[in-house]
Amino acid sequence: MLTIENLHATVGGKPILNGLTLTVPTGEVHAIMGPNGAGKSTLAYVLGGRPGYEVTDGSATFDGVDLFALEPHERAAAGLFLGFQYPVEIPGVSYLQFLRESLNAQRRGRGEAELSGAEFIKLARAQAATLGMDAEMLKRPVNVGFSGGEKKRAEMVQMGIMAPKLAILDETDSGLDIDALKAVGAGINSIMRSPDKSVLLITHYQRLLDYVRPDRVHVLSGGRIVRSGGAELAQELEREGYAEVAA
Amino acid sequence: MTVLPTRRDEAFRYADIDALASVWSDLSPPQTIEIAAQQSLQQIWLPSGEDVQVRRVDLTLQAGASARIFALNAAARYGRIELDVTLHDAADFTFDAANIGGGSATLEIVTTVRHVEPSATSRQTVRSVLGGKATGSYLGKVAVSRGAEGTDSEQSVKAMLLDRGATANAKPELEIYADDVKCAHGATVGELDRNQLFYAAARGLDPASARALLLEGFVGGLWDGILGDDQGIADAARAALKAVVR
Repeated sequence: MLTIENLHATVGGKPILNGLTLTVPTGEVHAIMGPNGAGKSTLAYVLGGRPGYEVTDGSATFDGVDLFALEPHERAAAGLFLGFQYPVEIPGVSYLQFLRESLNAQRRGRGEAELSGAEFIKLARAQAATLGMDAEMLKRPVNVGFSGGEKKRAEMVQMGIMAPKLAILDETDSGLDIDALKAVGAGINSIMRSPDKSVLLITHYQRLLDYVRPDRVHVLSGGRIVRSGGAELAQELEREGYAEVAA
Repeated sequence: MTVLPTRRDEAFRYADIDALASVWSDLSPPQTIEIAAQQSLQQIWLPSGEDVQVRRVDLTLQAGASARIFALNAAARYGRIELDVTLHDAADFTFDAANIGGGSATLEIVTTVRHVEPSATSRQTVRSVLGGKATGSYLGKVAVSRGAEGTDSEQSVKAMLLDRGATANAKPELEIYADDVKCAHGATVGELDRNQLFYAAARGLDPASARALLLEGFVGGLWDGILGDDQGIADAARAALKAVVR
């Protein structure tokens, strides 16, 4: 599904990723853990195509396609979903309109028929219900006045609506209380746990991994993967700290 | 007919005088509208489709009257709205307007709101979206007469510039001869937020669609206060935005 080889990237001329190599096979959930400043969010943004995050060497192949040859919106249409650590507020634009236009833009890009207003609302209601979110909130402007937890739930509702092949979730667990954490974890499992989908979970803490059990855990430090292992590696990190494990 | 103004006239400081000259001899005097005490009026002003469109209105609100004006100023070459409003006791005036243009369009909104008696309220909200080498201006004077205590007025002016060659002018002006009045005004000029653009792109919107959607949000709130049929102003604004975004 996703193959990253020897990835080097800079932000504002400063090297952040320094030869990162990683493969996420189809049907698997991989977690990337690491201390602050390791390059976790940079990895997410580079894969999403954020302007200002410059790839200087290496490659990323998504479903057989050169990811870096695609514009950010083309990556979305190809089936990549980027869950934001800090979801952005858009005053004056309702969630329903934002998501309907986004989904239909993706569908146009794939040569699929667009959804009508009624079809879209039905889909949005069903996905909101799955995440335990009041569908009325989707009538409000995008993320405006949402609490931290509500924003993260809304990200998961968006993921459910977009139905991506690959989700890259950047610290989706940050700022969540325990109920929201459970709901988000259950959402990830129900939307993305499938033989034809993959997830790259980027997280600082192990607690989300209690709800979404990863197939592999990778430790990111200094812009490279320094260790990989099974789900038990997350517990080891939690117990012994990054300094010990990443050394 | 009076002589053609020049740009030395403050109210025509940013005007396209050549374009104005092309319609000057045909220009009728300002339309006069008077709203009787306790009555209310709503008007929606759409572009005529002409390259040059000048609209001039003198509006008087008697005691307790209210008026809501919604305007889309989007002529291809020169669009000018001149509005002179006189507010009597406890009258209530709201004006929501958009300047939307690209190319070399000059769009301007020139208002004078006179609070001549106590306790009247006025709210003006102007949003401009300008691309190419377009110029969008708002010159707005609020004059509060002696004795017009309890006046409450507000001017909110925001502009979004899409290209380097575009220009926005905002000049809210206050002339106050009464005590105990509230006159708020604010003006900002900016460009689209990069974080919002990337967020929209990450959800699948191509750059032109993302810009159009964000601009629709910027302008869209103007029409929220319309009672009943909006006579197509929201659609017309959306179409004008699409043309500016390209």
